[in-house]
Amino acid sequence: MTAFGWITIFGFVALLTALALPLGRYMAAVYTGGHTWLDPVLGPVERLLYRCFGADPEQGQDWKAYAKSLLWFSLAGWVLLYIILRTQTFWDFTGLNPLHYHSAPWNVTFNTTSSFLTNTNWQYYGGETTMSYFSQMAGLTVQNFVSAAVGMVVVVALIRGIASRSGKSLGNFWRDLVRTCLYILLPLSILVALTLIFQGSIQNFTTYLFAHGLTSGGAQHIAMGPVASQEAIKELGTNGGGFFNVNSAHPFENPTGFTNILEMLAVLVIPAGLVFMFGRMVGAPRQGYAIYGAMMLMFLGAVIVCYIAEAHGSPAQHAAHINTALTHGADGGNLEGKEQRFGIAGSALFDVVTTVTSCGAVNSAIESFTGIGGAIPFANLSASETIFGGVGTGLYSMLLYVLLAVFLGGLMVGRTPEYLGKKIEAREIKLVAVGLLLTPLAALFSTALAVASQAGRASISAVGKGPQGFSETLYAYLSQANNNGSAFAGYTGFVQPSAGNLGSHGVTFADLLGGFTMLFARYGPILFTLGVAGLLAGKRVSPPGLGTMRTDNPTFVILLIGVIILVGALTFFPALLLGPIVQGLTGHLY
Amino acid sequence: MKKDIRTAVTAILGLTLMLGILYPLVITGIAQGVFPGNANGQLVYQHGKLVGSKEIGQQYTDLVYTSSGKVKLDDGEPVTTPDKRYFQTRPSGTVPADNAAATTFANYGPNDKVTEQAIASNAAAYLSLNRPYDPSLTLAQVPVDAVDTSASGIDPDISPANAAIQAHRVAAIRHLPLPTVMALVHRFTGQRGLGFSGEPSVNVMELNIALDRARA
Repeated sequence: MTAFGWITIFGFVALLTALALPLGRYMAAVYTGGHTWLDPVLGPVERLLYRCFGADPEQGQDWKAYAKSLLWFSLAGWVLLYIILRTQTFWDFTGLNPLHYHSAPWNVTFNTTSSFLTNTNWQYYGGETTMSYFSQMAGLTVQNFVSAAVGMVVVVALIRGIASRSGKSLGNFWRDLVRTCLYILLPLSILVALTLIFQGSIQNFTTYLFAHGLTSGGAQHIAMGPVASQEAIKELGTNGGGFFNVNSAHPFENPTGFTNILEMLAVLVIPAGLVFMFGRMVGAPRQGYAIYGAMMLMFLGAVIVCYIAEAHGSPAQHAAHINTALTHGADGGNLEGKEQRFGIAGSALFDVVTTVTSCGAVNSAIESFTGIGGAIPFANLSASETIFGGVGTGLYSMLLYVLLAVFLGGLMVGRTPEYLGKKIEAREIKLVAVGLLLTPLAALFSTALAVASQAGRASISAVGKGPQGFSETLYAYLSQANNNGSAFAGYTGFVQPSAGNLGSHGVTFADLLGGFTMLFARYGPILFTLGVAGLLAGKRVSPPGLGTMRTDNPTFVILLIGVIILVGALTFFPALLLGPIVQGLTGHLY
Repeated sequence: MKKDIRTAVTAILGLTLMLGILYPLVITGIAQGVFPGNANGQLVYQHGKLVGSKEIGQQYTDLVYTSSGKVKLDDGEPVTTPDKRYFQTRPSGTVPADNAAATTFANYGPNDKVTEQAIASNAAAYLSLNRPYDPSLTLAQVPVDAVDTSASGIDPDISPANAAIQAHRVAAIRHLPLPTVMALVHRFTGQRGLGFSGEPSVNVMELNIALDRARA
């Protein structure tokens, strides 16, 4: 561990908070119809889009109508993306498939389509050996924007339900969708993309290059492409699907220590900003601060443990008598699967940032993290995206937990539970409980199926022996169920003998099980959340009295963290014991 | 319902046009206009030939030939040996090493025997390459970046400690004074981003090219 490592971690937290506060104010204006400084430029575009869609942005929708629009839009997106990916050679005429790559097989494409639609970006394929530039742009990049927007509009609808003083309207889905893309995601993406290019990311349509090398053995082909435009929204939308196979470890995706910080900020700034936006939209900024505090405490705990574990080095290094101590000019620690320019702290922090959110981008090989360091992403996934979480999904999962905590707190002190003046009754709490259990259910059920069947074990990598093989499998389904998309990348669902997909085949079991896991764990909780929003919207607001339990003080923050850890631990601890914890507790090699 | 479907279809098509076609095109236009060097990958040409990218790690190795003059192959890939005149990059998990058209993690687990063997063999190779020129070099001094596989498999950088060890070999082979080589190492050591983010890193390609110039 170094002073610079700790400065990186705490400097990042300070920068994040400083950026998220104004962004929260701005987003509140976007969703409440307030004026923004982008109105003169984007207003005409916005109105043009509504006209094209044939949607009336002023028409309020109750939760069922809102959900219906969301589901139709998602279905249309799924079909279009599947078609684009399966007809890859058809688009050769655009010149955006310079190596004439064929489409990936149907089963891998099913997995990929479901993955990008659900903001998961789990990737069984490697970008530069599978996808044409056209598929990356017109297919994947578009879903990076709109799947993020879908997550965000759901939390906005939930907040409107909580804040509503009258009626059942949760807003208009089409209006929220367009305004999210146009006013929030697009301007930020342009800003981040250009900064990335300024630092060394590439953005071109050139074919892959052949470099002769300085020496006779140094010849190499170098993959090119429109990287920065996709990289920016990959982070901002907490998508995480890399343009290249090695994701943000690739020097063209993440060229410097500066871009490493920029990308981490891009991942967390919207989820953090949404928390502050929530406080403003319900008219009680302190409520937002309380949730931010709970998230930040859990986040810091995860980062600190992960950094210390990685700085310590791995059993394999120690068995090979490698000196993992910090020495002059060398980082020390477990640099296996990590890049020199990021170092241990930059890799550990990135790892935590993208596993607490549903981003799942990686700048290092999670499979190569130490047992305890690798247990941190497991723990983050087990907390079901409540620690900032994906854009939108994180805050709505957290708000469901808040309702649960309010309910439990109310039971403990014997008062009618209410949140922001709305009574929390049996019907809401039933929906909350089921909604929160869908994701763990999908994760554990799929893992059990995959380790208990021959077809499932086929996906475990050759090096994944002993508990590592179990860890790989558990991580795969935990990640897909949480719509995260990071991976112990040895787990395979796609066998590709050469670039371009000729002669390749998918592992049908893993592809389909993963695909259905992602769809179920995305749209299930969304429907339950909108249902809760609908119920809350119709309730009268009662003024706070002496008996009201406060939800904006440290006591509540601790209660909330306790509930999240309790639910996560009770659900996942037995499974975690069999994989990462065993590895963390032993120096034994398998 | 019909209206919902029509709206959904036009919405995804309209957004695809705006976010999937126009947005990347505009970014590409600006990038090619304002930062053409970066947008195309900081390519390095020598005598009109593309030799590589400053941002992408490369093998500084020589092909091994059989007695009949053919390139020796192992498992379909050419056998190579490190070119001692050059600084060497980090171990790579791609096939072949430093493959910038099919990147991949090595995915070595922390508790795997395979990992221990890979690390031990990297360390042995590093020592046998460098110890002849720096007899005091011990296993305990070998920096982790020299034996641990990089994430991308095309890491362009090594640690300053790694470079300082290799400098002995490079200086001896090239008949250059050690301080001259070390001065170049310092010149191509990149500092932390924003002054705190990441680790100081030596760009191997820039360093190797500068070495070739220093000899001339």
